[in-house]
Amino acid sequence: MFKVTIDNQSIEVEPGTTILQAARKIGGEIVPPAMCYHSELKNSGGKCRTCMVKVVQGSANDPRPIPKLVASCRTEVMDGMVVENITSPQVVDARKAVVEFLLLNHPLDCPVCDQAGECDLQNLSYEHGTNATRFEEEKRTYDKVDIGNLIQFHPNRCILCYRCIYAADQLTDNRVHGVLYRGEKSEISTFIHQAIENDFSGNIIDVCPVGALTDKTFRFKNRVWFLKPMDAHRNCPTCSGKVTLWYRGDEVYRVTGRKDVYGEVHDFICNECRFEKKNSNDWTIEGPRTVAPYSVINQNHYKKVVIPSVINPLKETME
Amino acid sequence: MERKIVLEHIDVEGIQHLDVYRQHGGYLSLKKALKSMTPDEVVTEVKTAGLRGRGGAGFPTGMKWSFIDKKSGNPRYLICNADESEPGTFKDRYLMQHIPHRLIEGMICAAYALGANKAYIYVRGEFKAVIGILNTAIKEAYAAGLLGKNILGSGFDLDLHVHSGAGAYICGEETALIESLEGKRGNPRLKPPFPAIKGLYQCPTVVNNVETLANIGWIVNNGGEEYAKIGIGRSTGTKLISACGNINKPGVYEIELGLPVHEFIYSNDYCGGIKGGKELKAVVPGGSSVPILPKELILKTIEGVDRLMSYESLSEGGFISGSMLGSGGFIVFDEDACIVRNTYNFSRFYHHESCGQCSPCREGTSWMESVLHRIENGQGKTKDIDLLVSIASKIEGNTICPLGDAASWPVAAAIRHFRHEFEFHVNHPELIKNIKHGNLEKLDVKN
Amino acid sequence: MSEKHFKHKLYVKENKAVAFSPTTLEKINTIISHYPEGQQKSALIPVLHIAQEEMGGSLNVDIMEYVASLLSITPIEVFEVATFYSQFYLEPVGKYVIEVCQTGPCAICGGEDIMAYLEEKLEIKVGETTSDGLFSLKAVECLGACGSAPVMQVNTEFYEFLDLTKIDTILAELRSKKELKKPEEQTWKERLS
Repeated sequence: MFKVTIDNQSIEVEPGTTILQAARKIGGEIVPPAMCYHSELKNSGGKCRTCMVKVVQGSANDPRPIPKLVASCRTEVMDGMVVENITSPQVVDARKAVVEFLLLNHPLDCPVCDQAGECDLQNLSYEHGTNATRFEEEKRTYDKVDIGNLIQFHPNRCILCYRCIYAADQLTDNRVHGVLYRGEKSEISTFIHQAIENDFSGNIIDVCPVGALTDKTFRFKNRVWFLKPMDAHRNCPTCSGKVTLWYRGDEVYRVTGRKDVYGEVHDFICNECRFEKKNSNDWTIEGPRTVAPYSVINQNHYKKVVIPSVINPLKETME
Repeated sequence: MERKIVLEHIDVEGIQHLDVYRQHGGYLSLKKALKSMTPDEVVTEVKTAGLRGRGGAGFPTGMKWSFIDKKSGNPRYLICNADESEPGTFKDRYLMQHIPHRLIEGMICAAYALGANKAYIYVRGEFKAVIGILNTAIKEAYAAGLLGKNILGSGFDLDLHVHSGAGAYICGEETALIESLEGKRGNPRLKPPFPAIKGLYQCPTVVNNVETLANIGWIVNNGGEEYAKIGIGRSTGTKLISACGNINKPGVYEIELGLPVHEFIYSNDYCGGIKGGKELKAVVPGGSSVPILPKELILKTIEGVDRLMSYESLSEGGFISGSMLGSGGFIVFDEDACIVRNTYNFSRFYHHESCGQCSPCREGTSWMESVLHRIENGQGKTKDIDLLVSIASKIEGNTICPLGDAASWPVAAAIRHFRHEFEFHVNHPELIKNIKHGNLEKLDVKN
Repeated sequence: MSEKHFKHKLYVKENKAVAFSPTTLEKINTIISHYPEGQQKSALIPVLHIAQEEMGGSLNVDIMEYVASLLSITPIEVFEVATFYSQFYLEPVGKYVIEVCQTGPCAICGGEDIMAYLEEKLEIKVGETTSDGLFSLKAVECLGACGSAPVMQVNTEFYEFLDLTKIDTILAELRSKKELKKPEEQTWKERLS
């Protein structure tokens, strides 16, 4: 087992564990945020740069620090490694910069975005962003791309995390969309007119950290914080059948995979479960889905949360 | 300090061809290495030579080689990085066009040292002519038994192929190059793992620049110690400098490291002074990515010591008052050059060449270009200058690969040393409407 | 239209039959053989170059799907690559594609004037093709020939040390379809003089 210390808290983890995973084991405030990393998707991560941390001691054997900040989601721990996340002003500053970069061209259309309330970028900017923008340029926009009757694609909102590409590669047989063009002009697209449709295509909605890929069957139907999430399952011949049903009153508004506190789904579900089973009778209800206490879904609004035990003079208080 | 290693015999008629090249001592190193040296001995000689990567980063070559994973049992690969795309740099193209066998000879020795049986030369797609020349030379080498199975009866096999890129600066970054060679988009990989452990096809791989590899033959022939005698301090050997911009004699020069910058710019053996008898204004000494230095700081360090063409001397003073030798792309600006326009130009280049994979580079390079475009076109504000410094500092060090740094350094350095010129642009928008080229401040004085 | 609006249209498969000649296929098989077994995707960029050269100067969906089938990869893998590299054209181009270097070293040596002059002479703007389909004009970044700035590339050939008179000559010669001495046939010294 390797011992790693993150923001003065130590933990022992298996060799091969990443800094991010070790931090998640410790839990609480010291967990770096992640936008492009998804623990179920191989090769994901490293791109958005929100999870960067400072390695002040490489290992017990070689105590030299790593000169640059590293992506915690893809950097494996070494025995005796010492890491600073929120206790490093450099990390806090860099994260603020990354949030600014991610928001530069992201439309401020949260009021009409279905992802609002469960958007990783919204949460990230709420916690690490600034009030005003320094960006005076025109925002980048793209033409709409129609990818079929089930999934709505808003290219303008995409932050190019590549998660949906990995999902299509790893969960389905035939990936038809990809990252096209280069640099600032990069975009997720199918290049030719075609729908992204196969038994598992709906999962790209769940892995999307923002509102770029949303459920067309749920579009503009309701705000997520008015819905009550209930865990449920069914005997599905195609997938695990483990889902979350989103109720308003007695009506199921949508079906999604079960997202954990980091927004990750670990049991991917099939399109039949997601799009065609919107009747309570289709499901065995397990009970209310536990949602993080600070989530807007739980509270109907963002709420100040005091997470005990961590000394963190740098962080602004959330209100 | 004329000293030729990689360009030795370059003026000989027909040196592109194997027979002529061999008449002038070509491929002797192969006999020596393959017949009388172990692979590790070759690595040791290169380490002793103190040869440093000539592509820009200046990492010790012997050390890079010694990192290659020989235990995994996976096939090993050697890749020559001939994706020369750094603005101001054109030395590798010159070398490959004129003396291709020098590279091939070096590659065979290097592959032998690394235990690689397959090697590729990744040439940027625009160099179609170079690809043709290399293919002819490789064919000649195969026919003479210098490539292929059982080279010179040594039992060592090597296959060498040319691979063409298709227009992407980022593929000069070694992991992006590997991705591209695998037939993918040139998105750099996260490191670690380094290519020496997991490179091409997830196998141990070494990627070296053309010029680096072209030095290997000489080192094998003459020994690392002899090589280390050339040059100055830790900058051993010679360096190809591609000189361009407003000088009388642009071209590729092989210099012994340690040549005074003053001599390089003004001597008739090299740049031959500034074109049209004008004054020197500034130099970007190592390809567009490295910080620009004004005349006073390129000729002498801040302590008043003569600046030399060497890794150490050019970086003396850090980024506050120094720069880098980089790839040896030596871009000279005369008194009429507009630093703002050039900074905008470079930043457009990096915006165009960003792969778009990580957010600081994708968003930041575009933002810097937009702000610089505004300033250059008379719509800038004073706060924009500080904004640029801030953006540059937020990209630097926060990206997957060095392109982020390469995009920020020129902007930060231009403002550091020529802030008055940016302020002049901001304060005189009316002048810009009529004048596109040239040094605004000076033109204003003339008027 | 705003320049910040990226109108990457969705392309259409025309279902035209495309195929390489047997000679070309042989050439492609040789290229594939340069890479280890199972790594035939490595040949993608070289094969796209050949496809573009032999199939009319640019790539379309039919060609790219054909290339994908030759290399046993999915079409999206080809689209991803073809859109990444600046040498692949997704729109039809003229017989001669003139690519003028716009980067720093060329720009300070008159590269911008060369571009302006070409626009004037060809009566088109950057990115356009002449109505006779002879010339396409493109602005490109560093061509790696800064020592002979300003520089442009016409198809695969470099033209260096440009000035306005030289442009006139080059355009005239291209129009008359005469063969030019290839730049690589000149010695460095010839080019410096």
